[in-house]
Amino acid sequence: MTLDILSWICLVLGGLLGIIGGIGVIRFPDFYTRLHAVGTTDTLCAALFLLGLSFQAGLTLASFKLFLIFVFIFFTSPAASHSLANAAILGGLKPVISNSKQLDK
Amino acid sequence: MMYTVAIIAVLITILLALVRALLGPTVYDRIAAMNMLGTKTILLIAAFAFLTGRHDLLDIALVYALINFIGVVAVLKLIEQGNFYTDGETSVDEQHKVNEK
Repeated sequence: MTLDILSWICLVLGGLLGIIGGIGVIRFPDFYTRLHAVGTTDTLCAALFLLGLSFQAGLTLASFKLFLIFVFIFFTSPAASHSLANAAILGGLKPVISNSKQLDK
Repeated sequence: MMYTVAIIAVLITILLALVRALLGPTVYDRIAAMNMLGTKTILLIAAFAFLTGRHDLLDIALVYALINFIGVVAVLKLIEQGNFYTDGETSVDEQHKVNEK
C-alpha cells in the first residue's frame, strides 16, 4: 500500500514534469530557452518515472533493468543537450536577448 | 490504473514535442524535440511493460536509450559538418571563426 502511494506520487510528478517541459518547448520564444526547458525537465522526469516503476517491481531483475535505463539517461541526456547547444552556437544561431535590442533603439 | 495515467501523461508530452518538431523554425529545434520524444518513448515502453506485465520489454527500452543518444549525436554531426567523412574539420574551422569574432 505504501509502495503504491509512493509509485503514484513519483509517476504523477514525473508525468507533470514531462507535460511542463512540453509546454515550455511549445511556448518559449528561442531555441536556447526551449533547450533549457527540455534539458532540465527531461532527466528528472525520467528519474521519477523509473523510480515509480521500480517501486512496483521490487528488488527483481526488472528493477535492475530500470536502474540501467536510468543510468544511461542520466549520462546521455545532459550530454545530448550540451552537444545540441554547442552545434547551434557553432552553426551561428544567436540567442534572442530582448534587453540589448531595447538598448540599441 | 497507475500505468494508464502515466502512459497518458507521456503521450500528451509526446504530442507537444511533435508539435514543436513540426513547427520548429530551425533544424536544432526539431532535433531537440526529437531527443525529448526519444526519452519519452523510453518511458512509454517501460510503463507499457509494467501495464501488460511483460517485463522483457524493458530490454527494448534499454536498447532504445542507447540508440536515441547515438542517433541524436549522429544527426548533429551531419548538420554541423555537412557530411560524415571529414572527421570534425568543418566544426573546428567554425570554432576558429567564432573565436575570432
